[in-house]
Amino acid sequence: MANTQSMCTSFMSELMLGQHQLGTSTIVSRTSLTAPTTDTLKAALYLVSATYNASTTAYSATGEVSGTGYTAGGVTVTNATAPTSTNASATAGVAFFTPSGSLTYTTVTLATAFDTVLIYNSTQSNKAISVHTFGSQTITAGTFTLTMPSNTTTTALIRLATT
Amino acid sequence: MALVTTTKGDMDESLLEKREGTVDNDNEATTWVEYWDGEELVHRSAHVTLKKMPVFGGGETASIG
Repeated sequence: MANTQSMCTSFMSELMLGQHQLGTSTIVSRTSLTAPTTDTLKAALYLVSATYNASTTAYSATGEVSGTGYTAGGVTVTNATAPTSTNASATAGVAFFTPSGSLTYTTVTLATAFDTVLIYNSTQSNKAISVHTFGSQTITAGTFTLTMPSNTTTTALIRLATT
Repeated sequence: MALVTTTKGDMDESLLEKREGTVDNDNEATTWVEYWDGEELVHRSAHVTLKKMPVFGGGETASIG
């Protein structure tokens, strides 16, 4: 046997679960210190002309779509499946998370082209989680549905990995 | 009689021209449907299935010594 230097894969999923606090931080109370409640995630749509990327830190209405039937801030993400992690080797692993339901914007008119969804934590001061892009769309008196990928180590919506 | 939600209220599908399309690539599988009343687009819906998101990270631990 030999030891192998690596980040522990479980640590990454535990980060997603808020189980480590490596520095002082200010958060919105999750009711209990030992059995905290799950935060509410939301999904907002953004115009093709917007600039959302890795430097995004929080939800903003700037560049967000607007139109009949769409509420600023987007829709609540169905979040019934907790993050998990899997080791691929002694040095590599993946922590992953996928919302458990599709994102549906029902009977909306979004006349200006959009191509991005921002997943953010509405419980924790709207802090940004991830930005996902797709082909440009408009919606006219219709429904826009964003179906999540399979929740696996290779396809999950949010994956943290060591290599 | 199938009704379609449109910019003009619910309309009988048979009175409208239906156009459909798909996009399928490494990132997404998308289907869309449009209904046209003459030259006017009165309904458009889209369904995007995200396929594979890029990995965030690729982290390493620092060596000691």
